Amino acid sequence: MTKDECKQVVLDIIAEIAPDEDLSDVKGEIALREQLDLDSMDFLDIVMELRKQHSIEVPEADYGQLASLDSCSEYLTPKFNALV
Amino acid sequence: MALSRVVITGVGLTSPNGNTLAEFRQSLLEGQGGISRIDMRYMGQVLAGVCDFEATKYQKRKELRVGTRAGSISIYCAREALADAGIEADQLDSKRTGIYVGTTEHGNVETENEVYNISQFDYDTKFWSHHHNPRTVSNNPAGEVSLNLKVHGPAYTIGAACAAGNLGLIQGMQMLQLGEVDFAIAGGVSESIRTFGIFAGFKSQGALAEHEDPNKASRPFDTGRNGIVVSEGGALYTLERLEDAQARGAKIYGEIVGYKINSDATDYVLPNPERQAECMRGALQKAGMQPNDIHIVSTHATATPMGDIQECEAVREVFKDCPDTHVNNTKGYIGHAMGAAGALELAGNLPSFEDGLVHPTINLDDLDPKCDLPGLVINKPKQAKRVDAILNNSFGMLGINSALIIKRFSN
Repeated sequence: MTKDECKQVVLDIIAEIAPDEDLSDVKGEIALREQLDLDSMDFLDIVMELRKQHSIEVPEADYGQLASLDSCSEYLTPKFNALV
Repeated sequence: MALSRVVITGVGLTSPNGNTLAEFRQSLLEGQGGISRIDMRYMGQVLAGVCDFEATKYQKRKELRVGTRAGSISIYCAREALADAGIEADQLDSKRTGIYVGTTEHGNVETENEVYNISQFDYDTKFWSHHHNPRTVSNNPAGEVSLNLKVHGPAYTIGAACAAGNLGLIQGMQMLQLGEVDFAIAGGVSESIRTFGIFAGFKSQGALAEHEDPNKASRPFDTGRNGIVVSEGGALYTLERLEDAQARGAKIYGEIVGYKINSDATDYVLPNPERQAECMRGALQKAGMQPNDIHIVSTHATATPMGDIQECEAVREVFKDCPDTHVNNTKGYIGHAMGAAGALELAGNLPSFEDGLVHPTINLDDLDPKCDLPGLVINKPKQAKRVDAILNNSFGMLGINSALIIKRFSN
């Protein structure tokens, strides 16, 4: 999986949990909470969907790695690639 | 101490046969039901009353995903009631507004969904949703309204089995009279069609209705009745002290003049007609009225073989010499809306103050002699000589009884 593919996985999850948001122009380097109406429960939803849909575990200590799309892809891409 | 008079100034509702009071009333006068077959987890198809209100009218899609159906029904009804009362949410004195939502139960739907969810993951509880607790706390439906309206006054539910709709209204009235709030949003809601447990429980009890025609299944007082059709729905009212309502020139639907809540203390499910009659008499006494002052008795009867007979016995005893008292029932159209039932059934009758029409009990093809009541309006609306007062019965399991009296408003 490439980093761009990983970003798309995260965006697909956000589309499910925040269906009112316009995700067409989410900036990779800017914190998701600064661009989208997401709260702490929503981030827990992202963690849960990664677990359910992709068998990816994000320990609580690493939640900060999900702050932006760029940090998500940096953190998650190796995890996805380790699955295969 | 003279207590303030409390009046109804707005109605918001969703019912299987209407999403506004006008739609609901029209359906009742036209004999239009709202029962259909739905798929029920583990059970196959069951009969149910499903509401089709526009949930996104007042909520974002994310809020619908995170919240509960009961919360969504409550928000819709509260917002519609406010609009009907001519009040914008941001005009409310938020700290002086109370929200009182009657519920039969809450949390079954959400808990069943989570158990099913983790069953897809070998019952590993790490897949259990972090939304479970805020969804299942008892105050969820009222709390969701407070979040939606940004109201900071007391917001909670009143658990009272299927008497809850009346109890929500009574709680709202009492809090206005105590001066705890200046404006109340009160009534009852139900999301119960989304839990198989309610259906399976009634089925095991031999109390779940079945009929080849869904809209013939709920048959209060009919010899062929065979149980309850479970429905969802809600009705919330705006309540104000009379002086406040008049000061702002509010439309007044009616005045709550009497109520009574009591308990059978005899059985988990079987009603006690003696206590039901006592409840109705208590409401009359509080209102300072006689039985013949009541022109419509809105019955609770759910179309169970014994429950209907018991209530008829109570109504017959209280209203035996009342030639101008009409008796009706609304569950033939919409099924049993559980926590919403009392509040919805009252709403269906309120327009009678305007048009004098009494909507009938439908699906009554073969009247059970044990349910033969003087004044029972059967299958066709009846034009009453006048309608000045409605007594609304609402009873529930564990023997909780409630009777509420609404009077045509008069200075």
